[in-house]
Amino acid sequence: MKIENPPTDSRATHGDVPLLEAVGLGLELGGRTLLHEVSLSVRRGQVVVVIGPNGAGKTSLLRVMLGLWQPTHGAVHRPPGLRIGYMPQRIQVDPILPLSVRRFMTLRYRLPKHVLLDRLHEVGIPHLLDAPLQNLSGGEMQRALLARALLADPDLLVLDEPDQGVDVGGQAEVFELIDRLRTRTGCGVLMVSHELHLVMAAADTVVCLNQHVCCTGRPEEVSRHPEYQRLFPETGLAAIGIYTHRHNHVHGLAGDVRPVDACKDPGHSHDAR
Amino acid sequence: MLDDFLTRAVLAGVMVAVVAGPLGAFMVWRRMAYFGDTLAHSGLLGVALGFLLGLNLNLMVTVVCVLVAVILVLLQRRQELASDTLLGILAHSTLSLGLVAVAFVEGLRVDLMAYLFGDILAVTRSDLAAIALGGIFALVLLVLLWRPLLAITVHEELARIEGVPVLPVRLGLMLLIALVIASAMQVVGVLLITSLMIIPAATARRFARTPEQMALFAAGIGALAVLGGIWGSFAYDTPTGPSIVVAAMLAFVVASLLRWPLRRGIRNRSD
Repeated sequence: MKIENPPTDSRATHGDVPLLEAVGLGLELGGRTLLHEVSLSVRRGQVVVVIGPNGAGKTSLLRVMLGLWQPTHGAVHRPPGLRIGYMPQRIQVDPILPLSVRRFMTLRYRLPKHVLLDRLHEVGIPHLLDAPLQNLSGGEMQRALLARALLADPDLLVLDEPDQGVDVGGQAEVFELIDRLRTRTGCGVLMVSHELHLVMAAADTVVCLNQHVCCTGRPEEVSRHPEYQRLFPETGLAAIGIYTHRHNHVHGLAGDVRPVDACKDPGHSHDAR
Repeated sequence: MLDDFLTRAVLAGVMVAVVAGPLGAFMVWRRMAYFGDTLAHSGLLGVALGFLLGLNLNLMVTVVCVLVAVILVLLQRRQELASDTLLGILAHSTLSLGLVAVAFVEGLRVDLMAYLFGDILAVTRSDLAAIALGGIFALVLLVLLWRPLLAITVHEELARIEGVPVLPVRLGLMLLIALVIASAMQVVGVLLITSLMIIPAATARRFARTPEQMALFAAGIGALAVLGGIWGSFAYDTPTGPSIVVAAMLAFVVASLLRWPLRRGIRNRSD
């Protein structure tokens, strides 16, 4: 089997053509309807977050959009040559398999060390290049997965619950990181989550899913929508901004405490985001 | 040189161990030990069919193993029975089918013990050629499939999205296992084949820091076990196949007792 190097040709899409578009998706498995008439699209530079309660069909939707499953109805459109960076929900590598972060990142593509280090640096864990994968904490693992997803120089990042297994502080950092990556690379982001507050603040468009699309729109709009409030009654109006609290220090991506050094003036504090 | 039965035995055993080791690593990583065992049990059915149809035994064993593997995968897809239940049913029913089928081979006296526990000292020149041929083919296939196999072992969905042809790769792995079973049958017999794959790989884990190291060490440890087993069987007049497995087990025990610093790869996380 030949191992191709990651493609380096020009971007797959330009302008306002969606990177990925689902039209009227329906999915039935074993007589159960998992998805019904779901339509959504992701454009370049846009962060689309799918939220919904457990069993709402979020992961199924992602699988159909990634082409892993065939939809029963509807279709998924993607431009030819679209490069997708996928970050799975969680990855469990048995300790019996000796695998370093470096080896994990080069499983598909053989890449020189400086490229790997660049990506690891971008997600804040360059020191873990040769660490065994099994030794990573939840947050470090999420970062390693993200770094790996970036290797293909993706047009679209697809993230399945990137906040899984990470504490609240770490979640905020993961979302910040995703936001930075989106800004730097201009890629589109499609993300699934059931964490509401942080993820909604990180989104351009929120799609509230419960087998069908309950409501969709900007985060503020969705959080005021009666359908959303019915699905998540305990959060309601105050959904956004709950975690916008103050810090007089920041955590490095490896968890170390650093003073806020973005500006010289020590007389005030910075918000977390 | 090949006139000496001992030389032939050593050569056959080492060749089989060198292929079985790396493949055993995959069986360990993918938690397929019982799966491999089930395929090995079906090897006897292949032998019986080979006799009945007058076909090459190694070929028939390979074919039957692949068929059983495919049946297993199809049954597992239906998810009506738990995997271990399915494996238990198939392992022992194929073994019994094999035993029954052997009884149907008229006028032929099959040395059952040789197939169940191996008869490495009876390896002929043509057996040796068959083992070498199968072994080289299996090694080449394994090298070609190595990276995609590793990718689907770590995360199948991720591999699929990255363009790894998952189904062909998995079928390739089954073909590999079948090939090894066919050639290892003479060395340790259908009942003990899995041990020649699993034990060296599990032993190698303690010393390995990369998947490739683990595969290479497994091949080496397997070869040592074969040499030790044949020697022990000579020195103490014990059955050779089981002696090889005992030698492998001893290697595993010794390795487990060593306080090897590379262990930090598994534990020693300070938080």
